[in-house]
Amino acid sequence: MSALDILLWVAVPYISLAVFVVGHIWRYRYDKFGWTTRSSQLYENRLLRLGSPLFHFGILLVAIGHIGGLLVPKSWTEAVGISDTAYHVVAVVLGVLAGACTLFGAAILVYRRRTVGPVFSATTRNDKLMYVLLVGAIVLGLGTTVLGNLTADPHDYRETVSPWFRSILILRPEPALMAAAPLGFQLHVLVAFALFAFWPFSRLVHVFSMPLGYLTRPYVVYRSRDEQLGSRPTRRGWERVP
Amino acid sequence: MRVMAQMAMVMNLDKCIGCHTCSVTCKQAWTNRSGVEYVWFNNVETRPGLGYPRTYEDQERWRGGWTVNRRGRLKLKGGGRLRKLLTIFSNPKLPSIDDYYEPWTYDYDTLTSAPLQEHTPVARPRSLISGEPTKITWSANWDDNLGGAPDHGHRDPMLKGIEDKVRFEFEQTFMFYLPRICEHCLNPSCAASCPSGAIYKRSEDGIVLVDQDRCRGWRMCVSGCPYKKVYFNHRTGKAEKCTFCFPRVEVGLPTVCAETCVGRLRYIGLVLYDADRVLEAASTPDDTDLYEAQRRVFLDPNDPEVVRAAERAGIPRDWIEAAQRSPVHALITTFKVALPLHPEYRTMPMVWYIPPLSPVVDVVRDTGHDAEDHGNLFAAIEALRIPVEYLARLFTAGDVEPVNAVLRRLAAMRAYMRDINLGREPREEVAMRVGMTGEQVYDMYRLLALAKYDERYVIPPAHAEQAHGLEELATECSLDYEGGPGMGGSGPFGENSGGASPIAVENFRMLRDRQTTDTIAAPLDKDNRVNLLNWDGKGRPDGLFPPREHPGGGDPAGEVEPKP
Repeated sequence: MSALDILLWVAVPYISLAVFVVGHIWRYRYDKFGWTTRSSQLYENRLLRLGSPLFHFGILLVAIGHIGGLLVPKSWTEAVGISDTAYHVVAVVLGVLAGACTLFGAAILVYRRRTVGPVFSATTRNDKLMYVLLVGAIVLGLGTTVLGNLTADPHDYRETVSPWFRSILILRPEPALMAAAPLGFQLHVLVAFALFAFWPFSRLVHVFSMPLGYLTRPYVVYRSRDEQLGSRPTRRGWERVP
Repeated sequence: MRVMAQMAMVMNLDKCIGCHTCSVTCKQAWTNRSGVEYVWFNNVETRPGLGYPRTYEDQERWRGGWTVNRRGRLKLKGGGRLRKLLTIFSNPKLPSIDDYYEPWTYDYDTLTSAPLQEHTPVARPRSLISGEPTKITWSANWDDNLGGAPDHGHRDPMLKGIEDKVRFEFEQTFMFYLPRICEHCLNPSCAASCPSGAIYKRSEDGIVLVDQDRCRGWRMCVSGCPYKKVYFNHRTGKAEKCTFCFPRVEVGLPTVCAETCVGRLRYIGLVLYDADRVLEAASTPDDTDLYEAQRRVFLDPNDPEVVRAAERAGIPRDWIEAAQRSPVHALITTFKVALPLHPEYRTMPMVWYIPPLSPVVDVVRDTGHDAEDHGNLFAAIEALRIPVEYLARLFTAGDVEPVNAVLRRLAAMRAYMRDINLGREPREEVAMRVGMTGEQVYDMYRLLALAKYDERYVIPPAHAEQAHGLEELATECSLDYEGGPGMGGSGPFGENSGGASPIAVENFRMLRDRQTTDTIAAPLDKDNRVNLLNWDGKGRPDGLFPPREHPGGGDPAGEVEPKP
């Protein structure tokens, strides 16, 4: 176990996850007004109509796949009688399909961002870095899946990456597992953690605003006027009496 | 009975001269920031005309508002909750910037910095969206006064079926102005469409607002509003809409649009309504019954039963009294001359209009008849099918009867008041022909023609005891709040990130940034520029003058040849 392994597979993940969690809390408290999708649909709709749903639905599938693959131990799926081959086939087929949708959608969106003038001028440096990390993670992940399965004996990440990831979550890191994984997985994981660390400071925060509450809340929301009248805080001692 | 109070407005269209003062003052007060250049919380449309954004009234295309389904239940025309969430990544019914217009500015700098040349330099238009030179082809009131109407006037969605009867020829057509703000609906479909629940209706005064801290920019409200009065700020990525100038209304001042209205055609007041009956009224099966249904939702503030219920509901006494004196209540319920705009959208709009009699009067006068005579006017209202039918499509879902009734009342008022003005005996029978007494007609005349400021705007302040601390009464420095007047510039996540600054100060900062910028769309060097408003006149701070260039190493302080 080299120092590098510990740095990459213990320190980096924890730093990244800590920044991810604390960063979101900080951003939410500090910058609710900046917490938005910053949609550019007003500028251009033709490419967005195709690219955006492709990308977003694709990445939702990818996320579900990752949750299943990383958090569900191999022994559980075996216990319910899913054979290794069956699991692998389903995972690869769905994974490649979802990954291809995501990548294709992302390609359309990046192309749109670069070629449509108003969209490009609304792109910040922050956005560009986010795009590099996000597309980098997608390309590495999809590439690893596709290239890995072209070889005769594809690597079983459920023996290395998944238990390592779970070991991180339960605070008993086992860097040796990850150090044994192929380079493609390692790069994918590192880029992903870089993305996680950057996440709270980018527009990606809108993921956590997924408006699922809309399905259950009443249509029209009533709210009482703010305690504060006008635009300035109330003077101490002059607060309204309920 | 669940009594709620609603701040509402009535506009008397006969008095609108189409001067756009309301639009301009509103813009200056609320939307003079980048990202909302194309946003007009208040706009004035010439009707017949396309409206803003173009053809917004065509709900078969934009799918705004509500509709009743086959089981008679009210549902969003643009689809329910699940459908909204499934289309959240690309809103299928969002107007593009072309449906509004591409905002622009002019390249004024060329006027002073162009080299010596034979021809006078011109300021070319530049898009505020892309920063590129642009060609101006449309704007918010491009078809003002029927301009261009022979070409595109027939695309007015309200003319469907009668296009060939409306002639867009000089002296052969009719027109009037329609000022529009957010309707602050009783059943707002923008709020119902908002996935984040950021749009809310204030329970005290019914003003519909967007919580800027909760809006996530899903844009469903823009599609959901049939009046297209929610706009997307493309810089901040948040929805913005008319606020009914709530900081002013809270201290008892009328909205900016009403305050500055040259024709004094706007009335603001409270309406008490029964919140329990809104859904039932909005679900009325027949579109043409919606006007009556909505009026039945309103409560009579003079009814002791209603007053008791209002007090139980926590409505302060001075608010109930204001509702009793409300000019809006009088025009809607007592005199029955105000009509809602597009009741068929089923949002229960709360900005109502007194339809204009002028198209009718003009025709009567132009044909040489006496345009003050009620007989002539009544006959003309009957005969002039097209203007009346058009008004009915705007205000009563196509039912001409209520529009006829309103126009006849206005005509009777003209005739009745002429007798008084000429010193004749007023004729009670004129008033009786429209189901009123002479005294009622006189009261209506007073309210429509003479009403002073405090009669037109009956706005109970939210809390008078705090009034001196509120920004609109400038008894203290309006920048005097915690954190100072936000001198930090923009936050780390782009424009406008960070905590919210008070409304007036936010405007001040943005106006300042804008006025001191050199670039077209966004100031590049705003950090190193000096705001002359704050400069104390001492010394020469960095950035007071633009950096000097020294071509050829000449004397930097020397005279340069004056530009032509």
